[in-house]
Amino acid sequence: MMEKIKPLRKSQYAIDDRMQREKPHGHCPHPLSGPDADCKLCRIEVDKLTVSFGAQMPLKDVSLHIHCGELTALIGTNGAGKTTLLRALLGQLEYKGTIRHLTSDGRPAAELRTGYVPQQLEFDRSTPVTVMDFMAGALSRRPVFLGVSRKTRERVIAALTRTHCEALAGRALGALSGGELQRVLLALALTPQPDLLILDEPVSGVDQNGLETFYQTVDELKHKNHMAILLVSHDLGVVERYADRVVLMQGTVVKQGSPEVVFDSPEFEQVFYAKGGRA
Amino acid sequence: MESLYAVMDVLLPFEWLHYTFMKNALLAMLLIAPLFGLLGTMAVDNKMAFFSDALGHSALTGIAIGVVLGWENQMAAMLLFGVLWAVLITFVKHNSKMSADTIISVFSSTSIALGLVVLSRGGAFAKYSSVLVGDVLSVTQGDLLALLVTLIVTAGIWLALFNPLMLTSVNSPLARSRGIRSRMTEYAFTILVAVAVMVSIRWVGVMLINSLLILPAAASRNIAKNAAAYMRAAVLISLVCCVAGLVLSYYLNTSAGAAVVLLCAVVYFVTLPLRRK
Repeated sequence: MMEKIKPLRKSQYAIDDRMQREKPHGHCPHPLSGPDADCKLCRIEVDKLTVSFGAQMPLKDVSLHIHCGELTALIGTNGAGKTTLLRALLGQLEYKGTIRHLTSDGRPAAELRTGYVPQQLEFDRSTPVTVMDFMAGALSRRPVFLGVSRKTRERVIAALTRTHCEALAGRALGALSGGELQRVLLALALTPQPDLLILDEPVSGVDQNGLETFYQTVDELKHKNHMAILLVSHDLGVVERYADRVVLMQGTVVKQGSPEVVFDSPEFEQVFYAKGGRA
Repeated sequence: MESLYAVMDVLLPFEWLHYTFMKNALLAMLLIAPLFGLLGTMAVDNKMAFFSDALGHSALTGIAIGVVLGWENQMAAMLLFGVLWAVLITFVKHNSKMSADTIISVFSSTSIALGLVVLSRGGAFAKYSSVLVGDVLSVTQGDLLALLVTLIVTAGIWLALFNPLMLTSVNSPLARSRGIRSRMTEYAFTILVAVAVMVSIRWVGVMLINSLLILPAAASRNIAKNAAAYMRAAVLISLVCCVAGLVLSYYLNTSAGAAVVLLCAVVYFVTLPLRRK
């Protein structure tokens, strides 16, 4: 079980911000980093990760670090292996190579708890399931059709409040707008608190307003909860604005670093413009 | 059992319940209805209407295998084959790139043809034709016990399966990311449906069993706004239609299974305009 990270004091945010700016690459940005750091999980190290389906090899020798307190964005064209990498991180695929979860002092951390927000959900919109049913079904073992206990109900409301959508609890899941649905899914992914939050094209098909609200919530969570966030997105504007690190993929990692470094690189040019325009 | 009949005589002093076979038929309906009402909700949610239809058809092959092997207990052969068939269809569906409806259709056709070839050999099919339309009036006390056990076991497993199934039906990768073993859940559910179908098929019939599974849940979807209401309405619609269909068939002298399904269809069409837009 992940220890609940205490909220930082205001003065610590200031230090955190300064360290974010000044951090040397590869270090945990947590203000208390070091052997006694409160930052229990400080990075996820992916080393030479390879995935093959028969003769196909969608991922080859992928090596990257995902730091807590940072939003790492995976970019690349369709078929670059971004979703395959997410599935490997979620433990849904067999792979060669290692995925290690380390504390700030390089020791193995406890089991990695991931939260996952999928792409715009394709589901039967007429399904008679409310947001409360859906959340309670995921958070409690008690069959939802027997009613939701008061304890679970309070937990669901608390989770929805974190992403500012507690008013949606009684609504049918299929009646939500794209943006509302993604905020509900984000609330679920954050409960219980994950070490690594994975966002897979979370706002495709969501209007501009919903998109901004979503990423502002994510940004807020990143600062408050110091969690590692991995985002797959085709929206390079969003990546530029919200990502701390960018990983450019094309079957393997072709470039990684700050958004400026990656976006100005010849590799970026090669991937996105050689084919006649941005993906 | 005699005391149960006596209680029924006192509480339900109707002409149609005068006969023991009608009492047994009523009890069978009271066991089959909630069983199918419950399972039907998730069969509809997981888009398995066609799958359960194929399972019903496979009962014919189950009986045929029993005949070939010389088993006196056809139920054992049907259960064994039904479960194997359900697992096989699900396995092929997950491990093939072909679309699910094509795969299910292939399995369904194969089992019907195989069953008919074996059972019709030497013009003997008439002996088995009752399984096509079912005959709830021939339920025995032993059959009622089998139905009761199936209902209790199914309800127990259902309690554990419901939440994982509901999440899987909304989105399978999301369910898996929360530690739900969606594949195992799906296999467990298909086995439950296979058992329920095989245990009930002689009373409801190959041609109608799928309607009894799908229609109450489909009608319930027209009116339910949340999971609890969905489940309650499906079971209630199933119960009311099963009992009313039995009574109707007694007075109209028709097949009970057909009358039940017809009533379910009426409820579906009546509730259709109430569907949430």
